[in-house]
Amino acid sequence: MAERERRLATPRGGVFVPRSQVMSADDVDRALVRIAHEIIEHNKGSDNLALIGLQTGGVQIALKLRDVISEIGDAEIPVGTLDVAFYRDDIQLRPVLPEAVTTIPFDLTNMAVVLVDDVLFTGRTVRAALQALSDFGRARSIQLAVLVDRGHRELPIRPDYVGKNLPTRLTEQVDANLEGVTIGDVIKGRP
Amino acid sequence: MSLLQNALVSIGDLDNDDIGHIMKLSAIFSEVLRRDIPKVPTLRGKTMAMVFSEDSTRTRTSFEIAAKKLSMDILSLNSSQSSMKKGESLKDTLANLHAIGADGFVIRHSSSGVPTQASTWMTVPVINAGDGCHEHPTQALLDCYTLIERFDTPSNHTTDNAILNCFNGMTVTIVGDVEHSRVARSLVIMLDMLGAKTTLCGPRTLMPRHVDKWPVRVSYHLDEVLPETQVCYILRLQNERGSGTYLPSIREYAMNWGIDSKRASLLPETAVIMHPGPINRGVELAGEIADSSRSLILNQASNGVAVRMAVIYLLLANPGDITEV
Repeated sequence: MAERERRLATPRGGVFVPRSQVMSADDVDRALVRIAHEIIEHNKGSDNLALIGLQTGGVQIALKLRDVISEIGDAEIPVGTLDVAFYRDDIQLRPVLPEAVTTIPFDLTNMAVVLVDDVLFTGRTVRAALQALSDFGRARSIQLAVLVDRGHRELPIRPDYVGKNLPTRLTEQVDANLEGVTIGDVIKGRP
Repeated sequence: MSLLQNALVSIGDLDNDDIGHIMKLSAIFSEVLRRDIPKVPTLRGKTMAMVFSEDSTRTRTSFEIAAKKLSMDILSLNSSQSSMKKGESLKDTLANLHAIGADGFVIRHSSSGVPTQASTWMTVPVINAGDGCHEHPTQALLDCYTLIERFDTPSNHTTDNAILNCFNGMTVTIVGDVEHSRVARSLVIMLDMLGAKTTLCGPRTLMPRHVDKWPVRVSYHLDEVLPETQVCYILRLQNERGSGTYLPSIREYAMNWGIDSKRASLLPETAVIMHPGPINRGVELAGEIADSSRSLILNQASNGVAVRMAVIYLLLANPGDITEV
């Protein structure tokens, strides 16, 4: 789930106020091209490779990675989306978004699955995603690609592919999508 | 959302936005039910008490499966085998079940109003699984979902209410024992909210006394209504509530009000048949029509699980309001 929605969801509530842009759309583009190459290099090609974007922020990034990989690897790889709301350990703080659909239209058995998300923070979303994926089948391997790793991990989880390592304060907020990466703050209350 | 309060006792507790939201959540849960392992850990550690003082197959098993698919534990109580037989009051029974560890109650009772009363006693959520001749809100919701599934595609909409558009002007005919039917009462309220046109049809003796105050058309000529019906919703003749004493004979009822092949042929080709179950085959509905391709009866049963998962989730996970961004 995208960082922003998470922060904006009750009971925390609040409004995202951007402070500084740390990556432009071009920077994001270049980072994703590099990640695509790394994925292909690490998996020795794109056979039995699948991408799964985490709802909602990871989906656009997964689709973009799919396009790049199919260009350079000359192969169509399947993409799924996964909403981990039902697997979270903080279910009461995080409503299920009716728009966040899970579709995994392929069999995970023997696949190398790359989970894709926008921002890696505490690692709790990824933990939930690992648990959710095991309910869909037994993948050969699961890897993690994120556009931004902002630190502050609370679980022993590390990404395999990182667009940018971004040191942040715990109270800051990171908004990462294909248009760029912005650091800002969440101000309590509505505008 | 009003649903996020502590109980679902009447479909009238909800507004259109609530129903739209429940429908979208139901679509998400029916995706969960299609997974290899159709179970999520969302409510693990919580216990649902099922208090049923009336016989039930579908509602009870469907609620149980729904709770289990959310990883809840079930505490099942049949009042005929409980200390209520020795004279323990319902209030004491519920309070004790809560003390033992129930985090929510699903209540079916032969008296109208029991779940409403129970919800004022309890601090944990109460879901009405049918009370007397009053209401059966989750049945109405699963019928709503079944109709959307047939006449619309829930996943293709982004706003809450767009998925309910298919109800606009939909002609629904509810046939049979309206007087004793809690299903009909919940359905009539919901269809009125969603903008459908409802017609009640059945013998005069089985029409509620104040039916003229309901937001429906009443007809006593089934064969005239059927050609303009999109959804033919057949009610069970409730013999355990003495429906038989309102009629000269069951056979006469079957002749005048039963949906057989001849009557079904009066329906438009796209019309669907629904029935909340259990069916008295050959009385209100002929077996060959119940088993025909236009019957949604088994869809109703299977959709009940996803819809009840959504209701249990909303009441017990207490996920808070969705913030508009």
